[in-house]
Amino acid sequence: MQIGQIILVPGNNSILLCDFHHSITKLYLPSMNNTQLDFIPIIIQFFLAAGFVGGTMFITHFLGPKLKTRKKLRAFESGIESIGNARQPFAIKYFLTAILFVLFDVEVIFLYPYAVNFLDLGINGLITMFLFIALLLGGFIYVIKSGALDWE
Amino acid sequence: MDLLLNFLPAIIIIVVMFGITMIAALYSTYGERKVAAYLQDRHGPNRAGPGGLLQPLADGVKMFLKEEIIPVASNKFLFILGPSIAMTCALMTGVVLPWGDKFTLFGRTFNLQATDLNIGVLYVFAVVSVSVYGIMIGGWASNNKWSLMGAIRASSQIISYELSMGLSIIALLMVTGTLSFREIVLQQHGGILHWNFIAQPLGFLIFLICAFAECNRAPFDLAECETELVGGYHTEYSSMKLGFFLFAEYINMFISSAVMSALFFGGFNFPGMDFLAEKGLDANWITLIGTAGYFLKIIFFIFFFMWVRWTIPRFRYDQLMNLGWKSLIPIALLNLAITAAVMVIRHSNNFGF
Repeated sequence: MQIGQIILVPGNNSILLCDFHHSITKLYLPSMNNTQLDFIPIIIQFFLAAGFVGGTMFITHFLGPKLKTRKKLRAFESGIESIGNARQPFAIKYFLTAILFVLFDVEVIFLYPYAVNFLDLGINGLITMFLFIALLLGGFIYVIKSGALDWE
Repeated sequence: MDLLLNFLPAIIIIVVMFGITMIAALYSTYGERKVAAYLQDRHGPNRAGPGGLLQPLADGVKMFLKEEIIPVASNKFLFILGPSIAMTCALMTGVVLPWGDKFTLFGRTFNLQATDLNIGVLYVFAVVSVSVYGIMIGGWASNNKWSLMGAIRASSQIISYELSMGLSIIALLMVTGTLSFREIVLQQHGGILHWNFIAQPLGFLIFLICAFAECNRAPFDLAECETELVGGYHTEYSSMKLGFFLFAEYINMFISSAVMSALFFGGFNFPGMDFLAEKGLDANWITLIGTAGYFLKIIFFIFFFMWVRWTIPRFRYDQLMNLGWKSLIPIALLNLAITAAVMVIRHSNNFGF
């Protein structure tokens, strides 16, 4: 095999990968024993759940009394007259948390396929992922040190 | 016709499990009130039916018959969409969970599981992630300051704890080497010592704490902290829309108990399984006992959720975020490193030593 070559093994749905050290890695494809048909129960479940939710929403709309007064339809803020709109800027900390979540969650998602193939990838995979997690950890320490996650 | 017959077991399991999930969520509310009552030395609901057993039904009917209020300042479409997403997502996860082993009926053998996806664990996490939108959209659409703050708090809490949850699962995946729930459960066959919480005690602990946070349960229920935020993200909700938010919380509790039992406590495996098989007990019976055992584990975890809620006081928000980011993530990474080291030593020939 040549460097960088990928060979598909049709029999057991795996691919052979040749890396820069001429070592060959076997990776199993996610479609190992699954077909699209296995996802049909999920669609059935979705229609059942969405149908139940939609149906209940529809029915409860017609049940129950309808005595709407102006005060009842105002936002409840502990009995105090509501001032202004609620859609205004809020603490940046929450926004930072969300941005950091996106960063780290993508890295966590990258770890899933590695964790499943942990034993097959051997020492090369171990070193690669060690570097990957070290980078992740470096960024994480930077974020902590810079005080982005300090809540006062 | 053949295609329909192939999916018939799956459809039956989906419908039956839908019913069981509903009943479990309905009676969790009853269980919660009873557990709270006994922990506080009082009786709890005992008027409707024997021992108050009809109380959840009465509550449900009441929810249906209440007036539906949509505040004028709110965004009507998103206001309805919020609780719908929360409820639909809560109901979607059960489809990949293995409720039991093989079952033979009318000469056909099938698994007591709607579908065995080889990305089952990933699917559950994907759906759980989407359910954040339900809370966020609902809180934002209300156009109420309490609701908005509750929603922002809840969503940033949920996404923070999702990271440590994902990392604790990755350590487990390194041990199991598969994302299919059925395979993970089958690997734990053969006595309590094979259950994953023995191999991954730290991972289980992290997962448990994160499950509490993901379900917005005490001590992590800052989203609906009454003393600060009135009702949190569902302050403006009434009728069945409020019901869906509350119901989704109980269904999430049921599902996360089921996920925990499957991943760490052997799922439908029970001690003495092989002994009963050797004695010549019919495989169907063993499957049914296994399913009953699985539900016992789930009920234990639900009880544990309630026990903690009525025992431990609520965190402060900075404590909550510090626990999530500065304690759990480093511990989860440490757990990952320990797991990797142990796996390398155990399977040294895979790593060229």
